[in-house]
Amino acid sequence: MYRYDEFDERFVRERVAQFSDQVSRRLDGSLTEDEFKPLRLKNGVYLQLHAYMLRIAVPYGTLNGRQLRQLALIGERFDRGYGHFTTRQNLQFNWPKLRDVPEILGLLADVEMHCIQTSGNCIRNVTADHFAGVAQDEIEDPRPTAELIRQWSSLHPEFSYLPRKFKIAVTGAEADRAVTKAHDIGLRLRRHPHTHEVCYEVSVGGGLGRTPMIGKVVRDYLPKADLLAFLEAIMRVYNLEGRRDNKYKARVKILVHETGTEEFIRRVEEEFAQLDGPSINADPEEVARIAAYFAPPTYEALPAVSRTLDAMKAANPAFARWVEVNTTPHKAPGYTALTISLKPVGEAPGDATSEQMRIVADLAEQFSHDELRVTHAQNLVLPHVRQRDLFTIWQRLGEAKLASANIGLITDIISCPGLDYCALATARSIPIAQAIQHRFASDTRQRDIGELNIKISGCINACGHHHVGHIGILGLEKRGIESYQITLGGDASENAAIGEILGPGLAAEDVPDAIERIVNVYLAERNEGESFLANVRRIGLSPFKAAFQEVVHAAA
Amino acid sequence: MAVAPKRVPLPAILLANDLLDGDVVFASEQSQGALAWTRDPGLALVANDDTAAEQLEAFAVTEFKAQHVVDAYLVDVSIENGVAVPRHYRERMKTLGPSNRPDLGKQAGDGIQAERRG
Repeated sequence: MYRYDEFDERFVRERVAQFSDQVSRRLDGSLTEDEFKPLRLKNGVYLQLHAYMLRIAVPYGTLNGRQLRQLALIGERFDRGYGHFTTRQNLQFNWPKLRDVPEILGLLADVEMHCIQTSGNCIRNVTADHFAGVAQDEIEDPRPTAELIRQWSSLHPEFSYLPRKFKIAVTGAEADRAVTKAHDIGLRLRRHPHTHEVCYEVSVGGGLGRTPMIGKVVRDYLPKADLLAFLEAIMRVYNLEGRRDNKYKARVKILVHETGTEEFIRRVEEEFAQLDGPSINADPEEVARIAAYFAPPTYEALPAVSRTLDAMKAANPAFARWVEVNTTPHKAPGYTALTISLKPVGEAPGDATSEQMRIVADLAEQFSHDELRVTHAQNLVLPHVRQRDLFTIWQRLGEAKLASANIGLITDIISCPGLDYCALATARSIPIAQAIQHRFASDTRQRDIGELNIKISGCINACGHHHVGHIGILGLEKRGIESYQITLGGDASENAAIGEILGPGLAAEDVPDAIERIVNVYLAERNEGESFLANVRRIGLSPFKAAFQEVVHAAA
Repeated sequence: MAVAPKRVPLPAILLANDLLDGDVVFASEQSQGALAWTRDPGLALVANDDTAAEQLEAFAVTEFKAQHVVDAYLVDVSIENGVAVPRHYRERMKTLGPSNRPDLGKQAGDGIQAERRG
C-alpha cells in the first residue's frame, strides 16, 4: 500500500488546520455561509436532510486494517455507529456535527486519510478495479496509475475550478470492474499488439446522471510515460471549452458530444503536441517509487487447490455456496480474493456498523496481508486470502452478519442513500432495495436466477448507477408521490451499455412485482446457461415490456 | 438567503438546520410571543396568515445572519390530529428521520428528549 511521504503528511495536516480555522471564522461571523460552503465542500462536508454528511476518500478503494479501525472509531465516537460505503469506493458518515469535523479530520490524518477531492468541481478521488493486483485477468496493477493521478491532481492549480466535477477510473484487467466507460476519463491498461508494451486506452466523456453517455476512446495505445501530459491536454481542452453557463451541460461528456469525438480528439492531440511533455510527465524514478508501494505481498508457496478447503466445503454446503459465490480466482496459487457482502437481506446496501468494520479490519490483518478494498458495488474485499483460511473467516463473518452468499446476484443491489438521507434525492432508494431483497431472499431462487445486477438511484444524478444496471431503478417525484422508472439491459462491464426505459413510472409498492415479472420472463425464455443480460440482448425488450405492462395495468 | 421569493401556501412552518449540529430545527413560539428554535416538530409554530408567515421569514433572516442556522425555509403543512405535518414527503422526512432506521432521527426522539428535560 502507498504510504505518505513528508509532503503528503504536511499537506493533509495543513488542511486540517485550515479547516479548523475556517469553522471558527464561520462561527464568529467572519465567513458568511456563501463563503464557507465551498470551503466545507472542499473538505467533504455536505449538508443533507437530517444532518451534515462527511465523505471520506478511500483512494482507489484500498485500505488497511488500522484505517478501517479508525473509521469504526469515528463512526462510534462522532456518528451513530455506522458508515455507508459508496459507489465511488468512498465512505460517508451521515450524522457528524460541524463542530466535530476538525477533530475527525485530525483522526483521519493520523491514519493517512482525508476528505479532499470528495466534492467540488475538481478531479475527484480516482477509483480502480477492486481486484487490482490480484485478478488473474490483469495485465498490470492500476493503482500506481491511480496514485500518480491523485498526486498530480490534488490541488492542481489549473484544474481546481473546472466547469464541473471530474471523475477518473482505472482498470488494468480485461474485465472492467471499475465502470471505466461511465467516467469522465476511463483508463484501461492494455498491451500493444505489436510492441507488447503496456499502454493506456483512454476513454473520455462517459458519465451517468441526467444525460447518460458511454465514454469514447480518444487514444487506443497511449505510452505509459505520456500519461500526465495527455491527461493535462484533455483537462485543458475541457477547462477552456467546457460549458460554464449551464451546470447540466457542464460535464466533459457534453463537450465531447457537442464537439464530436473526432474534433475533440483533434483538439486534445493539438494541445498535447504543444505541451512540453517532459516537464509535465512524472519522473520515472517517482513512478517507480510509487509502483514499489504496490508490489504484491510475499505469498506462501501453496498448491493451487487447498485440500482443507475442499474438505470443509464437502462437509458444509452453506459454506461451499458462499465460497462459490463470493470468491474470485487469484494470481497466486492457493490464494483467493474474497468479497464480503454488505448486502444482507433487509439492510441498507453498503452500510457497515463500527463493530463490523472492526471485525473486517481484524480479518484483513490476520488473513489478508493487512489489506482490504472497497468495491464500487458497495462491498468489501479481502484481496489476499489463503484458501485454507476461508472457513475460519466465514465463521467469523457469520457472527457479524457479514456472510451473505450473494455477490453479483439479485440481492446484491447497488443503492444510493436516496431520500432517506440525501438532500438532492427525489425519492427513496433503500426501502426499494430492501423490498426487492425480501422478495428474492431465497438462496435457491437467487442461485437459479444467477448473475443479475439491480442498481437503484433516488434521483437523476444516478449515484446508484441505474443506467448501467441489468435492471435499473430510478426514483422520481410524480405529482407529489414517489415514482419509480425501470430500465432494462444496462451493462457496467467492458461492454458498457445504457439501459432502456420499460414503461411508465410505478408506485414504490409495485416495484417488487415488476421486478419479479421481468425475472419470470427471463426464467421462461432463457436458453441453457444463458445469463439474464445475455437473454435480454437476445430476445429484446418486447417480452419484458409486455410483462411490465401487466403490472402497470394491475396498478392503474 | 434560503427563503423562497414566492411563499408556499399556508398554513406553514419554518424549519432550518442548526449551523453547528446540522440537525433540523423548527421555529416555535416562546413566552411573550418571542420566537426560538426547537428540535421538536410537534412544537413548531404554525403560520396561518401572511402576518405570521412574514414574522417567520423575518426570524429566518435574522437567525441566518446571526450564524445560528442554515437552509431556513417555510414548509406548507396540513394539520393532522392537531399536529402540523408537511404536505410534501420530502419535508416530512425532515420531521422524522430515515425511514429505514426508525431508531434514528426525530422519530426516535433525537434531540427532543434532551430539550424536554432541559
